[in-house]
Amino acid sequence: MSHALTLITFVPIAGMVLILALPDSMKNASKWIAVAATIPQLLIAIHLYEYFDTTTSAVQFAEKVSWMPSYHISYFVGVDGISISMILLTALIMFISTFASFGINRAEKGYYAMLLMLDTGMMGVFVSLDFFLFYIFWEVMLLPMYFLIGIWGGPRREYAAIKFFLYTLLGSVLILLAMLGLYYYSATPTFDLTELAANSSHYSIGFQRIVWIALFIGFAIKIPAFPFHTWLPDAHVEAPTAISVILAGVLLKMGTYGILRVNFAVLPAATYQLAWLFLGVIGTINIVYGAMCAMAQTDYKKLIAYSSISHMGYVMLGMAAFTAAGINGAVLQMFNHGTITAMLFILVGVIYDRAHHREINGFGGLAQQMPIYTAITGFAFFAGMGLPGMSAFISEVLVLLGAWQTHPVMVVFGAATAILTAGYLLWTFQRIYLGPLNEKYKDFPDLSFREAFTLVPLGIIVLILGVYPHAILGLLNTSLVHLNQVVLSTSGAAVAMVR
Amino acid sequence: MDLGNLASLKHFIPEMILVAGVLAIVLIDLAVRDKSRLGALALIAAAASLLAIGLAPALPGAWLFHRMLVFDSFAIYFRTLIALAAVVAIWMSIGSEEVKNCDQGEYYAILLASTFAMFLMAESANLLMAYLALEFVSLTSYILTGFLRHNRRSLEAALKYLIYGGVASGTMIYGMSWIFGITGSLDFNVINKALSTPGHLPVLAVFIALVLILTGMGYKVASAPFHMWAPDVYTGAPIPITTFLAVGSKAAGFALLTRFFFPAISHLAAGGSWTALAGVDWPQLLLFICMITMTLGNLAALQQTNMKRLLAYSSIAQAGYALMGFVVLSNDGIRAMLFYLFAYYVMDAGAFVVVMIVANSTGREDVDAYRGLAWRGGIVPALALTIFLFSLTGIPLTVGFIGKFYLFAAVIRGQFYILAIVGILNSVVSLYYYLKPIQMMFFEQPRGDEGTVRFEAWNYGLMGVLACATIVFGLYWSPIISFANRSLSFFTGPT
Repeated sequence: MSHALTLITFVPIAGMVLILALPDSMKNASKWIAVAATIPQLLIAIHLYEYFDTTTSAVQFAEKVSWMPSYHISYFVGVDGISISMILLTALIMFISTFASFGINRAEKGYYAMLLMLDTGMMGVFVSLDFFLFYIFWEVMLLPMYFLIGIWGGPRREYAAIKFFLYTLLGSVLILLAMLGLYYYSATPTFDLTELAANSSHYSIGFQRIVWIALFIGFAIKIPAFPFHTWLPDAHVEAPTAISVILAGVLLKMGTYGILRVNFAVLPAATYQLAWLFLGVIGTINIVYGAMCAMAQTDYKKLIAYSSISHMGYVMLGMAAFTAAGINGAVLQMFNHGTITAMLFILVGVIYDRAHHREINGFGGLAQQMPIYTAITGFAFFAGMGLPGMSAFISEVLVLLGAWQTHPVMVVFGAATAILTAGYLLWTFQRIYLGPLNEKYKDFPDLSFREAFTLVPLGIIVLILGVYPHAILGLLNTSLVHLNQVVLSTSGAAVAMVR
Repeated sequence: MDLGNLASLKHFIPEMILVAGVLAIVLIDLAVRDKSRLGALALIAAAASLLAIGLAPALPGAWLFHRMLVFDSFAIYFRTLIALAAVVAIWMSIGSEEVKNCDQGEYYAILLASTFAMFLMAESANLLMAYLALEFVSLTSYILTGFLRHNRRSLEAALKYLIYGGVASGTMIYGMSWIFGITGSLDFNVINKALSTPGHLPVLAVFIALVLILTGMGYKVASAPFHMWAPDVYTGAPIPITTFLAVGSKAAGFALLTRFFFPAISHLAAGGSWTALAGVDWPQLLLFICMITMTLGNLAALQQTNMKRLLAYSSIAQAGYALMGFVVLSNDGIRAMLFYLFAYYVMDAGAFVVVMIVANSTGREDVDAYRGLAWRGGIVPALALTIFLFSLTGIPLTVGFIGKFYLFAAVIRGQFYILAIVGILNSVVSLYYYLKPIQMMFFEQPRGDEGTVRFEAWNYGLMGVLACATIVFGLYWSPIISFANRSLSFFTGPT
C-alpha cells in the first residue's frame, strides 16, 4: 500500500461524512459505521507494523505533496519507530472506545461524527512530518474533544470543556510562535521536521533555549506536567467513559510525543541542557505529586486521573535520562500507560453505568456480586502497580534503570512512589470490591459481553508485553537510540550507551 | 501617469456604476408604487461594480482627476473588499425583517452612496480628497445607523456616532492643516518629497500632526482609544448596517490609514521593509495602540450578553490583530494585514448573518436566545456560527487561522516578540467569549421559550456561502494571498 498513512488518517473522515449524511431515521446505524471506520484503521496499523523496517531510524512509508510552495509547506507524512508505536496504540484505542461508546443515547450522529474527527486529528499528529501540518492536526483534535466533553459529559461539563480548551489553546499558540521562530531562523526556511532536525546546529543556543521552553509549555499542558495539570481531573470526571479512555489512552501521549519529535530532534543542544530540570525534576514531581493526590481522592475516576498524571511522570523521567534504556522505557511506558489506563477508565465506566455515582466509599463488597468484573479490575490494578509479568513493570524498570546513571536522586523518589501507587490502588480495591456487600447493589449484573469485549484485548496486550516487550521495543529501539545519540552528541562527550 | 478628467473616466467605471445605481434608485423610487424590487436593483448595481473591478484592464498605476485619486493595485484590492461588503450588506438588507418597514428607496440609495464614498477613501491621493471621502462615508453611516426611526436605540446610536465622528474628523482636519503648513501641499506625493528633504524636518510638529490625523483614521477603523462609539453603534444599527460598518467601513479606514502612513510619509527600503521618517516615532505609538486595541476589545467582550455588542467588541479586537501587520513596517506585514481583512470580512459577515437569522425569527439579539439552538431545529445556523466564531478565534481549518498565521509570521520575522506574546495571549482570552454562544447553542438544553428559528432560503444561502468560504479558504488560500501579494504596489508617481 503506497498511501497507507494517508488512508489510516483519513478513513475516519469518510466514516464521518457517511454518518452526517444518514437520515435521522437510521441514526442507530451511526455506531456501526464508526466501528466500520475503525476496523480498516486497525488493519492498516497492523500492516504497517508488519512491514516496518526496524533496522533503520529513517522515515518510512513517506508521502510528500507540496501544499503552499511560497511558505515551503507540504503535506508530508511518514513514520519512524516512535510514531508507529503510537499509531498502533491509537488504532487500538479508537477501536476499543467505539465499542465503549455504545451506551451513548443522545444525538448519536453528532457523537460518532465527532469521535471519528478526533480519530483523524490524532492519527494526523502522529504521521505528520511537516510542522505546519502537525500543528493543524494538533488543533483539529481540540475541537471534537471540546464538544464531546461539553455535550455528552457530566453535570459540570461546561466548566470542564472550556477549561480543557483554554489550557490547550494556550499551549497551541505557544507552539505556533515557536514554529514560526524555527521557520524564520532556520538555514533554509522550511517546516519540514526532518530537514529542521538535520540542520539543528544552525540555531544559536540562546535561541534554542527560548524556543525549547515555549514548545515545552505547549506540550507539557497536554502531558499534563505539573503545574499545568489541573485541567485533566476536571476533564476526566466530566467526560463520558469512551472519551476518558481516548483522553488518557492517546491524547496525553501527544505531549511527550511532541517533545520527542520536536524538542529532542530539532533542538538537541537545548534538550541536553534543559531536560534534567523540565523533564527530570518536573517528571519526578508528577510521579510523587500525582500519586499523593490520587491517594486523597474519593471519586473513583478522579483517582484514576491522578494516577495517570503520576504514571506520565515516568515517561518524562525516562526521557531526561539520555540513556538507551531510559528513552526506550519512556516510549514503552507511553504505550503501556495507554493500554492500562484505558482499561481502568472502562472499568470505572462499568460501575458508573450501574450505580450512577463514583464515590469510592459508597460501594463495598462488589466482589460477591460481580466476580468477573472484580477479577479484571484486580488484574488492571496490578498492571497499574507495575507487577512483574505485566507490561508496566518492564517500562518502569527500564526508566528507573536508565535514569539511575544520570539522576539517581530522582530515581529514588520515582521508585519509592511505587509504594504509594500500590497503597492507593489496593486501598481503593479494598473499599470498593472487598468487605460486606452494600445492599443497594445486590442486583447488579456482572460484565456484559460488550464490556468484556472492550477489556479483554487490552488485558491480553498487557500480558504479552509483560513477557515479550520486544514486540514494541523492537520497533522503537533503532529510532530512539539514534535520537538519543543526536542529543548526546551536542554535549561533545559521547557517553557510553547502556542497553 | 497623470490623467485628466476625461481620460480618468475609463478607470472610474466601478464608481460610475454605483453612482448610476444611486440615481436609478432615487428616480424609480419616485415613479413606482411597489418598492420591494429596489433592493434587487441595488444588489445588481453593487455586483456590477464588483464585476467591473474584476474586468478592468491591468494598469501599472495612474493618478486620476489631476492627482486627486490614485489608481493602483492596492486600490483594486480594497475596492474589491468594499464591493464584496456592499453585496453582503444589501443581500442581508433584502432578507432582514428590520429593514422591511423602512423607506426602501432612500435606504438603498444611501447604502450605495456610502459604498461609493468608501471607494474614494481607498483611492485618495490627496489629504483634502481623503477628508472629503471620509466625511462622506461618515455622513451616510450616521443616516444608515439611525434608519430605524421608531427605535430609540437606533437613534441614540446615530447621535453618538455623529458626535464622536464630528470631533474625530475636526481633529483630523486640524492635523491636516499642520501638514499643509509644514510641507505646503496636500498631495501625498509632494508631502513625501517635502518631508524627506534632509536637514530641516520639524520633528515635533510632524509628530503632533500625525497624531491628530490618526484620530480621524483610528476612529474609522475603531482602534483604541477612538473605539468608544463602536459598541453602541453596532448594537443600535440595523444588522445589515452593522455588518457593513464592521467589514466595509473598517476596510476603507485601513486602506486610508495604510496609504497615508506608508507611501505618503514613509520610504520603501530594499527587502520589502519600510522606514519611517527619521525622529518621528509614529510606529512606536501605533504599536501601543495596536496592543491596547486588541486587549481592550477582548477584555470588554468577555462580559457581553448581547450578540451584536459582543461582536462589536470582538471587531475592535480584530482591528487590533490587523494592526499587527501594520506596525511591523514591512511588506510582509501589509500583505498579512490585507489577507486578514479579507478573512475578517468572510467570518465576521458570516457571524452577523447568523445573528440576523436568529433575530428575524425570534426578534432577540441576546445570547440567551441561542440557548439550545442546535437542539430545537437550528442545527445548521448553529454549526455555521460555530465555524465563524472558531475562525475569529483563529482555529485551524478556517481562514481566520491562516490570517493569524501570516500576521504572526510577519511579527516574528520583524522580531516584535512582545507584540507576538500579547497577540497570542489575546487569542486565548478571546476564545473564552467566542465559546460562550457555542456553549449556549450546543451544551444547554432549550427551555422552550426561545422560539423557533425558521428556514429562510435567502439568508441561509448567504450563510452557507460564507461558511463554505471560511473553510475552503482555510484549506486553499493561495488565490487570496497571491491577490494580496499583487496588491502590495503603491503608485507614487512615474519612476
